[in-house]
Amino acid sequence: MSNTPLFDASVSVLRRALDAKEISSAELTNVFLDRIAALEPRLNAFVTVEREEALADARAADARIARGEAGPLTGIALAHKDVFCTRGMLTSCGSKMLSNFVSPYDAHVVTRLKEAGAVCLGKANMDEFAMGSSTESSFYGPTKNPWATGRVPGGSSGGSAAAVAARLVPLATGTDTGGSIRQPASFCNVTGIKPTYGLVSRYGLVAYASSLDQAGAFGKSAEDCALLLGAMTGFDKRDSTSLERPVENYAAALAAPAADAARPLAGLSIGLPREFFGAGMTDGIRQAVDAALVQYRALGATMREVDLPNAKLAIPAYYVLAMAEASSNLSRFDGVRYGHRAAEYDDLFDMYRKSRSEGFGDEVKRRILVGTYVLSHGYYDAYYLQAQKLRRLIAEDFRRAFGECDLIVGPTSPVTAWALGAMRDDPVQMYLADIYTTPVNLAGLPGLSHPCGFDGDGLPVGLQLIGNYFSESVLLNAAHRFQQATDWHVRCPELAA
Amino acid sequence: MRSDWEIVVGLEIHAQLSTAAKIFSGASTAFGAEPNVQASAVDCALPGVLPVLNRGAVERAIRLGLALGAHIAPTSVFARKNYFYPDLPKGYQISQFELPVVQAGTITIRVGEGESAYEKSIRLTRAHLEEDAGKSLHEDFNGMSGIDLNRAGTPLLEIVSEPDMRSAAEAVAYARALHSLVRWIDICDGNMQEGSFRCDANVSVRKKGATELGTRREIKNLNSFRFLQQAIDFEANWQIETLEDGGRIVQATVLFDPDKGETRMMRSKEDAHDYRYFPDPDLLPLTIEPEWIERVAAAMPELPAAMQARFVRDLGLPAYDAATLTANKETADYFQSTVEAAGTPCAKLCANWVMGEFAARLRKANLEIDAAPVTPAQLGGLVARIADNTISNAIARKVFEALWNGEGASADEIITRHGLKQLTDGGAIEAMIDEVLAANRNSVDEFRAGKEKAFNALVGQVMKASRGKANPAQVNDILRRKLGAQ
Repeated sequence: MSNTPLFDASVSVLRRALDAKEISSAELTNVFLDRIAALEPRLNAFVTVEREEALADARAADARIARGEAGPLTGIALAHKDVFCTRGMLTSCGSKMLSNFVSPYDAHVVTRLKEAGAVCLGKANMDEFAMGSSTESSFYGPTKNPWATGRVPGGSSGGSAAAVAARLVPLATGTDTGGSIRQPASFCNVTGIKPTYGLVSRYGLVAYASSLDQAGAFGKSAEDCALLLGAMTGFDKRDSTSLERPVENYAAALAAPAADAARPLAGLSIGLPREFFGAGMTDGIRQAVDAALVQYRALGATMREVDLPNAKLAIPAYYVLAMAEASSNLSRFDGVRYGHRAAEYDDLFDMYRKSRSEGFGDEVKRRILVGTYVLSHGYYDAYYLQAQKLRRLIAEDFRRAFGECDLIVGPTSPVTAWALGAMRDDPVQMYLADIYTTPVNLAGLPGLSHPCGFDGDGLPVGLQLIGNYFSESVLLNAAHRFQQATDWHVRCPELAA
Repeated sequence: MRSDWEIVVGLEIHAQLSTAAKIFSGASTAFGAEPNVQASAVDCALPGVLPVLNRGAVERAIRLGLALGAHIAPTSVFARKNYFYPDLPKGYQISQFELPVVQAGTITIRVGEGESAYEKSIRLTRAHLEEDAGKSLHEDFNGMSGIDLNRAGTPLLEIVSEPDMRSAAEAVAYARALHSLVRWIDICDGNMQEGSFRCDANVSVRKKGATELGTRREIKNLNSFRFLQQAIDFEANWQIETLEDGGRIVQATVLFDPDKGETRMMRSKEDAHDYRYFPDPDLLPLTIEPEWIERVAAAMPELPAAMQARFVRDLGLPAYDAATLTANKETADYFQSTVEAAGTPCAKLCANWVMGEFAARLRKANLEIDAAPVTPAQLGGLVARIADNTISNAIARKVFEALWNGEGASADEIITRHGLKQLTDGGAIEAMIDEVLAANRNSVDEFRAGKEKAFNALVGQVMKASRGKANPAQVNDILRRKLGAQ
């Protein structure tokens, strides 16, 4: 084993150590549990940590390893975003509404990873019902950015990103509706991938905006993400939007040697959307992104400008559609069958009113109200249908652009991690920061964010790679080659335990 | 009804589809289970669950579309109808709104009986798939309400007619025709008590000759044909009286109170929900390829109209008989099996028996056709013995009664056991007639004096003497010959 501490090791290094019986999964799990115990008070990355269950899973994984039946993730610790239903474990979605909800069933993703033998340490904090870009709207309090604990980790999968960044766990699941994996990955200096819509089953993922929600993976590197994502994908007949196609082995694809070792990305054509490089991003981000592009050229990729003329309309289209769907998706939280119910009420409608008023936070209420409004009689055509048209135009822009290039690259976010509370009174300002990520969800395309440097404040900057449908392995391979040539992704925040 | 007013009725009928599983979850649809034992995670709308369409429900919609000669949409869309109610677990109902699976179509109805009966073609607007809600139970919970989600997610086909009906009788005839059709094509059990077939009636009135429709009120949830008739009659009269008194009709939803025979307002249009319909992002648009329709069409039973025509053409039945026998699948099946047992030449006689004695006996015993103690094979065997002169009609009625009461396995067995075989030996009948004539000189004289009645009395005496077994036609012939000869 190298000198790298175990908590900072890549999954493949951990795999070798486990398979060589240099360490047991139980020992490894304790390493992470101890680190969580030490650092969690400062980060609040978790809603739930299940120490005993995790150790029991680890022992089961050890038995499996001993039988020689280990898969790539057997015995490896991970965290699930608290939006995935986990049987027998709290699934809160960061909301008071579900602060008493223990799911009787596992989400498809949870089942797949259990079957892979991964050890779930607990549930990661998140913006309430995945609504937010900062993880500040959680009922369980904000998660802090491990790089600067006075700042946000991004969101909504901020707990997952922070946990991986702080090396509390090597892998974490997340969901991405408008950037909720890629943006916190960029804020926390980790790698995060949101696959093509339909690649990972949404069964058991508590819905925010069904037509945009997609589960994905966080890891310290593209290589680790490839292992996790590979275990998550696959057709599930319980999700009608799940796509029936052969499962790819992303990790194996990365391991294949490049034809030209010096220029492993030779032949890769990268499109740079004019719209993503205009005014709006900070100088620190621009410098980091430009430097990353130089690196990609050095790896053999070619660059050309492409146009995404309708991308600027993504924010209004995204928020209309996401809020419309959210207003309907969150109707089931009515206090009747599960979740929070007001202690006292006069009649049925008073019970609905009080339970929902008490159970939901401000951002959720705001989105339900706007969503209800845009679906209302007389406004539907002007908002919802118009937004659907924009969505088609944006997808068409990407289709054209991918006629000219293999990958589209740009900044993940126009800003780096902001101070806790900075956007509290200006939600629209926060929505606008999703400018580069929301078009990808609207088109249903895969997107990845990987570390590409730091700004003048020492805050991480992420580079977003956008691929055509089902080009996850292209994204992962490009990021992997970049990471083989750079060390941004291995930088770890100073967090003396 | 004042003659210068015209009633306009359109119906929305919810037919519960006969799938074993629910429309979007795998849970059972069986009726009558303990509350909530048939409610799956999907039916309870747990966080994170998703709907998956049951193709069996779609197939049943296709069957209806084919039976109505309707357009079966190659693409239709499931939408969410949003409203809050405790027995609606998701806070929305999955239904079809802008693009329903079945579009247009027609059905022919027969209204009235006898001389005044007439046929009319009713247009259908659409039929769309949707899920049923659960049930709220307001009793037995000490001031609280119970929720039973067993019914939640049961597949429904909502069948919407154009406002083509002009009386309660036409509305009932339409509802009956559709009720018969959905059972005929085996997509709905039609059980109205259990709510498998429920009617909402949109009723308006207008002056005869008017071209614009009046303001309508919708009567909800009529679960019997009798209530449908009563509710429409009451509602139409109420609307006419209101208008004649100078009032105006406000669009509203009303309920029918069967105890009082009245409709009363539930909510006005102003209180109507804004359902905020939008396409359900959890379900892809429903696409139906022509091959699917072809497969369903190949498995369709012969439809009532085609069967009627065939009965007239191939079996020589009068149109009235053909229509009556195809009023429902059970009767048609029973009739066809009877003909099969009796032989095609006996078709008309079979029709007479199925529509006559058999139907009357069912009514008397208050039985459904499938519970009849006489099988089609037994009835066919009986009809065959009438046709070949083994027994007379009068004897046949006795044999039928014996079969009904389970006194024998077949008509032949009963005829043999009780010696009911018709007497067709001319010599024996003649001998009997001679005896009767000798013993009834008065009747003979009266007949000769021109009293035709006396002839019938003599026939009766001969039949009595034969204990009913003499062939009545032969008795007639021989008696007439003898009286003429003497």
